[in-house]
Amino acid sequence: MRYMLMICNEEQAVLNQSEAESTAMMADYGKFFEEMSTRGVLRDNARLRPTSDATTVRVHNGEVLTADGPFAETKEQIGGYFVVDCADLDEAIAIAAKIPHASSGGIEVRPIWEM
Amino acid sequence: MSAVRSALDSAYRAEWGRIVATIIGLTGDWDLAEECVADAFAQALERWQRDGIPDRPGAWLTTTARNRAIDRLRRANVEQTKLRERLMNKTAELPHADLDGADGALDLDSDSDLGDDRLRLIFTCCHPALALDARVALTLRTLVGLTTAEIARAFLVPEATMAKRLVRAKAKIRHAAIPYRVPPAHLLPERFHSVAAVVYLLFNEGYDRTHGSDLIRTSLCDEAIRLGELLVMLMPDEPEAGGLLALLMLQHARIAARVDEDGELVALDQQDRSLWNGALIRRAIGILERSLRRREPGPYQVQAAIAACHARSTRASETDWSQIVSLYGTLHEYWPTPIVELNQAVAIAMADGPQAGLAHIGALDLDTALRDFHLLHATNADLYRRLGRAHDARLAYDRAIQLSTNDTERRYLTRRRDE
Repeated sequence: MRYMLMICNEEQAVLNQSEAESTAMMADYGKFFEEMSTRGVLRDNARLRPTSDATTVRVHNGEVLTADGPFAETKEQIGGYFVVDCADLDEAIAIAAKIPHASSGGIEVRPIWEM
Repeated sequence: MSAVRSALDSAYRAEWGRIVATIIGLTGDWDLAEECVADAFAQALERWQRDGIPDRPGAWLTTTARNRAIDRLRRANVEQTKLRERLMNKTAELPHADLDGADGALDLDSDSDLGDDRLRLIFTCCHPALALDARVALTLRTLVGLTTAEIARAFLVPEATMAKRLVRAKAKIRHAAIPYRVPPAHLLPERFHSVAAVVYLLFNEGYDRTHGSDLIRTSLCDEAIRLGELLVMLMPDEPEAGGLLALLMLQHARIAARVDEDGELVALDQQDRSLWNGALIRRAIGILERSLRRREPGPYQVQAAIAACHARSTRASETDWSQIVSLYGTLHEYWPTPIVELNQAVAIAMADGPQAGLAHIGALDLDTALRDFHLLHATNADLYRRLGRAHDARLAYDRAIQLSTNDTERRYLTRRRDE
């Protein structure tokens, strides 16, 4: 079963963090990567560019409408994601809880629609 | 009522959840399991009238439901190949069931190969990835066996809304791969609370509306207690299960004294304690004491201990309020909520006088939600009244009446205000 774990955080806070904070966060992610590689659950991951670089696309009556900005204007944005392959939702939740941003933001766990 | 009907009724109450749990364990398909178990009961009505009631109705029904599931899956199209493989793998270990034998050849009692799947079912229905209202509905439908229409009536929502809620919950279990299992030991404490919250909500839904004539609602209390008993039986090593059950029983024991002949609420200190169910109180205290002996306290054991303090006092004036104050202090360590503090303030007022209670409330750090909580104002009103501050009491009663959403409660507060 594949799940997408989406990191939701306040992107301004992340962009504004000090060098020391950012080094510490990188170290935490380093540990996380190490553990997940050993477990063999990681399929894909990325850090996303800020929402100021986002474009939202909608199609209305066959017409493609593009708009500057993210899909939802909320305080928190999707800042990155992991795709993991694991046994069930309990395992996905346990992995999500280990993502360093789980303690400062939140992680959305989405099952991947297997085609 | 015919003998067959009453045998079926008691089998339904005793066996529905266990059989559904077994068939889900076998097939992994929740809808199929419910339908096949319902079919088995329908078939039983006909067959038992013709052939007599089997010695072990539960085993007969399980075998019939299982055979029905196998038939349905055999006829199913290729999309369900996976499911069928799963079923065949599991059933390969079992002898084939023969229904024409006396009462079903398979031994499917709880000590058989299949074991008792109900605990897996409870934990899956109450998975924290499901919304609380969905957990409650799913538990009532799948484990208790209430119909969608009955659950809708109990929660005062249209049947279509409740049906949609159940469909969504089952779809999420399937699509998000919520595991059908009892969680491993390190997750148990946290996950037990997700289960306990469902049982407790169920009880309170019934308890808050005991004056009504709608039996579906009052039966929610009984169902909650049955679920509590099931948890105690299935989780002998979880003292909080005993705490939860004792708490429900102690509250239930007061039900006859809780409203008067006109359906009006009667406060705890005004209740006719001879109406309390003494036998139920003794059983509950026995269960609580067994849990406490394990020396692994938790919030449900503490709440039950508070309820037991009240239940033990034959007169309101004999209540050990300082013990209750200290128990609320312990409860606050588990659940640091303003509601717990408010209850503690009430106990302080009883132990040390209304002035001390008001001082405790005055020192609380109240958020907006609690400032508009009717019980806060009702409590203040009562304390002002006892201090003889009639004007302050009246204002607080007015505010409480304005904020309350329950008619019975509003009438009670109005009566107190106008006394």
